[in-house]
Amino acid sequence: MTDRQRRDARAGEALLAPALVTLAALAAWPGLWVLWLSLQQRIPIFGIDRFVGVAHYVFLAGDPRFWNAVRVTLTFTVVSVALEVLLGVAVALALQRQQRGRRVAVALLLLPWALPSVVVGRTFEWLYHPSAGLVNFLLGGRAVNWLGEPALALPALVAADVWRTMPFVALLCYARVLTIPDAVYEAAHVDGAGWLATVRAITLPLLRRVLLIAVLFRTLDALRAFDLMFVLTGGGPANTTETLTVYAYRSLFQTLQLGFGAAVGAIVFALVMLVAWAYLRAVERAEATA
Amino acid sequence: MRERGHGRDVLVLALLAVWALPFFWQALTSLKPDSELLAVERLVTAAPTLAHYRVVFERSVMPDALRNSLGVALLTTLLALALGVPGAYALARLPVPGKRALMLGVVACTAFPQVTTVGPLFVALRALDLRDTWAALVLADTSFALPLVLWLLAGFVREIPVDVEEAASLDGAGRIGVLTRVVLPLMAPGVVSAALLVFLMSWNEFLFAFTFTATEASRTVPVALALFPGIFEVPWGDIAAASMLASLPPIVIVVALQRWLVRGLTAGALRE
Repeated sequence: MTDRQRRDARAGEALLAPALVTLAALAAWPGLWVLWLSLQQRIPIFGIDRFVGVAHYVFLAGDPRFWNAVRVTLTFTVVSVALEVLLGVAVALALQRQQRGRRVAVALLLLPWALPSVVVGRTFEWLYHPSAGLVNFLLGGRAVNWLGEPALALPALVAADVWRTMPFVALLCYARVLTIPDAVYEAAHVDGAGWLATVRAITLPLLRRVLLIAVLFRTLDALRAFDLMFVLTGGGPANTTETLTVYAYRSLFQTLQLGFGAAVGAIVFALVMLVAWAYLRAVERAEATA
Repeated sequence: MRERGHGRDVLVLALLAVWALPFFWQALTSLKPDSELLAVERLVTAAPTLAHYRVVFERSVMPDALRNSLGVALLTTLLALALGVPGAYALARLPVPGKRALMLGVVACTAFPQVTTVGPLFVALRALDLRDTWAALVLADTSFALPLVLWLLAGFVREIPVDVEEAASLDGAGRIGVLTRVVLPLMAPGVVSAALLVFLMSWNEFLFAFTFTATEASRTVPVALALFPGIFEVPWGDIAAASMLASLPPIVIVVALQRWLVRGLTAGALRE
């Protein structure tokens, strides 16, 4: 190692240290401490604070409310992400040949994504209002209680989430299709390929990579989603929209069982990391064989 | 052919406007007088009023909340950049030992569920007596803002040609001199993009703000909006007006600062 390299390494450490210390304190340490907290029974209002080992996890394994939350979380994630990808690709293809008003188009597209989720929650609460909501009015003056019916609440939440996050998928795909050279399409046109054939043979294969990334980002976000459920339904009716995150939050701060809530939070963490790891492995393997 | 292309452009814009309809509906609601709120069939009111905005400004906690949100989002952005810019440069350019593992750790931090860290952070902030302060929210928001800044900016730095820096260091500039005088100006567009994203995330953040605040001293806009009081009935018009105020920064960003927002959003995903 030369003097220069040694000096650079020292400068690097000095420049990086403040960021790493902060991250360690604000992210890594809470991430580890949550595991320790999940092994305690800690209920401050009753002055309870004792070590219980894996008791919370054992309880969760046989807890129907927990398994219901797992099912709601996975259903919400799979349906939302699938709809976002379908609609997002459609929007990107529609925008691909846009000549005028691109800036306006992107502004309209990104507006729902940029709004605070609480604003989206309040907006959809009003749209879903049983008697004065726009949705029921457009359906011909019905009086459906979208957020109060156990069978409808989760679909209503999925709709609000898709409204807010489809633009993210659409934007990434749009940015990718803009980089495809016109010459590729001209060649296809000369070969007599129709629009659908061109999309299938050229556009979609080129979108594959960006879609894989968009799906990963969106899946991790959907697994962690909390705000919309909390504002729109609070997990109800009859726990039909209670995701793992809402279950964790209710345990932590509504019943103030800090240890038990930490255990549910730790499981959300494990689930997110597991999905990310499995996903990246699957992509790597697919790329190796392709 | 040209004419048809034009018609197609208008159709796509119209469809996107329909997609954004929930937002416009909330905007129309914010201008409807109370007497017309429940009359959904009158889609656009004949007598628009600013009464709901007056209520929000004069008789709600929104003015305090707007100040808190602006303060917390700006301070979070500043802190994340102050720590993240030098860190990202080091990650991208300097021979730091264990760099790959560090980068992986940073990416993993962006995937941390808030609901996982909210419990430990709550216990820690209570122990430090920071509950219901701006500091609590700035620190909590930095936990997701900083990994994002490090990751985004490290990518932007890698795109700056190394030659530029080598030329400067041959001229006798030290590493820090190269960073502040040569790299930083070239990083500026990336820094703007990262700053916008962090500001937006902090402005929109709800779970930490809801948990760590207790009064108007630190409650942010999303918290105030979620807790908007209704004594006998829900004040839909006031809520709509408050929603519009909460949406102002996002609107400015997607309309006026769109280029930088799009660059930041697509940078991570489209880079090889």
